[in-house]
Amino acid sequence: MWQELWNDRVEVAAIILFGIGLTTLLLNRNLIRKIIGFSFMDSAIFLFLAAEGYIAGGTAPIRTFSSDGTMVNPIPAGLVLTGIVVSVSVTALMLALTVRLYQRYHTLDFDEICRLEREKRQDPPGKEGF
Amino acid sequence: MDILVTILLLVLLLNAVMVVCIRNLFSCVLIFMAQSLVMVLLWILLQAPDLAITEAAVGAGVSSLLFFLALRRIHALDAEKGAPANKKGGLRHG
Amino acid sequence: MADLRRLFSLNSNDSSLDEALKRDLEEDQHPEDSPLSAREVSMHASAIRREEASMQRREEKAWVLSRRAYQVLSVLTALIIISVLLLNILDLPLFGEADNPTNNEVSARYLEYGLEEGGAVNLVADVILDYRAFDTLGESNVLFAAACTVILLLRRFSDAEQVHGMPEPLLLEEAPSDPLLMAAARLLVPVLLLFGCCIILNGHLGPGGGFAGGAVLGSGLILYLNAFGDQRASRVLTFRSFRILSASALMFYALSKAFSFFCGANGIPLDLPLGTPGSILSAGLILPLNMAVGLVVCCTVYAFFTLFRKGEI
Repeated sequence: MWQELWNDRVEVAAIILFGIGLTTLLLNRNLIRKIIGFSFMDSAIFLFLAAEGYIAGGTAPIRTFSSDGTMVNPIPAGLVLTGIVVSVSVTALMLALTVRLYQRYHTLDFDEICRLEREKRQDPPGKEGF
Repeated sequence: MDILVTILLLVLLLNAVMVVCIRNLFSCVLIFMAQSLVMVLLWILLQAPDLAITEAAVGAGVSSLLFFLALRRIHALDAEKGAPANKKGGLRHG
Repeated sequence: MADLRRLFSLNSNDSSLDEALKRDLEEDQHPEDSPLSAREVSMHASAIRREEASMQRREEKAWVLSRRAYQVLSVLTALIIISVLLLNILDLPLFGEADNPTNNEVSARYLEYGLEEGGAVNLVADVILDYRAFDTLGESNVLFAAACTVILLLRRFSDAEQVHGMPEPLLLEEAPSDPLLMAAARLLVPVLLLFGCCIILNGHLGPGGGFAGGAVLGSGLILYLNAFGDQRASRVLTFRSFRILSASALMFYALSKAFSFFCGANGIPLDLPLGTPGSILSAGLILPLNMAVGLVVCCTVYAFFTLFRKGEI
């Protein structure tokens, strides 16, 4: 079992990175750190996907004059290319939301924001202006 | 090559652990940028040069830039909180 | 009762509190009831204070307990997910074997006939812009939608406070123009723009393509904005031109690949001139699609930067 895990170490590292990213997303109270953890999860998935397409001894899938050997599978590379761009779009969106949240609540602490929102709902509306 | 891949994977995991431990937000974003660059090397070693150049331009370039901008904006908002806010356009600078 | 609690939470040791409480209680009473004495009022006040303190302590304890439970549960969940996934890796085929199930006949077909059918030397560009062009259209749409949403969140309107009831997003101060940065930008911006165009145009001949090239182009424009100020940069790309460029690039992509809906999945009956592989003007529609994608990415990256920085494009 350990021999197999060592052989597949790229995938194992991807899974562990995913787990660390998930833990960062869940446990940290700071919004920026949550977003960084989320981005790490994305990178881990891309690493896993690209590792699935690798062939030992293969070259990059570009047809050159001397491309006689085996070429690496091009399909996972296409999927990961899409994924990288979607990942940066979602990160930008999350950062924009963080900036607006900070402008409204003046804190980056997620628990603090939930508490303030709960207190705002308990008090009668109109007590605080905005 | 195998040794290089193993070392890069260890650096990847180390970066992820350091993001949790380090207090300063600016350092966390720098670690995020370093993580992107380590991924670029990994893509090259996995024979995917398209992914490498895209990750370099988009991940280490644009994504980290957005993080720095967001941090700058948050610090700017922090500086503004102490200032008196008049009613119309109170948060405007100029 | 809620009024009483609020009154107490604001000023708990005020001596005029008892009089205010007395006034409040008298307002609620019926006219035939006798007015309360001062001693009864103060006993009532201290009872409410004690009750509120104990309620606060209970709430805090519950909060701490729930936070601890959340932490334990989340670590447990993460550990369970990691262990399940690691166990599944043992069942996966070995890393790097040539006869993995992922290397099936589809990828063999793409590798063998990619040059003839798509015309591009870079087979990954073939896959994403010819065989699987629909996925890339979806991805460009996601990028465009993200840009639209960030505009909604961060764009400054002059009458935002009256219309939406929310204060405008903040406008950052513009840094004074730095002569060192301007000198460096005069050298770097043309190189960056040229490099970006080169990556886009050579997307089908080597590694690169629309996304990387668009990001580099966007970085060139960002450097121009940083070095030379908002006024000169807004002459290059205004909000109107951003809208027109992104929307028309996306529409061009959608229309040029929409024939698949009418001609069938492989688009076989349409014989595009493929050209000689290895020259720039080859590979059918892959070059124009790369340019469209590069335009969308460039405009989006620039829009992200300016929206985060000053709230308008």
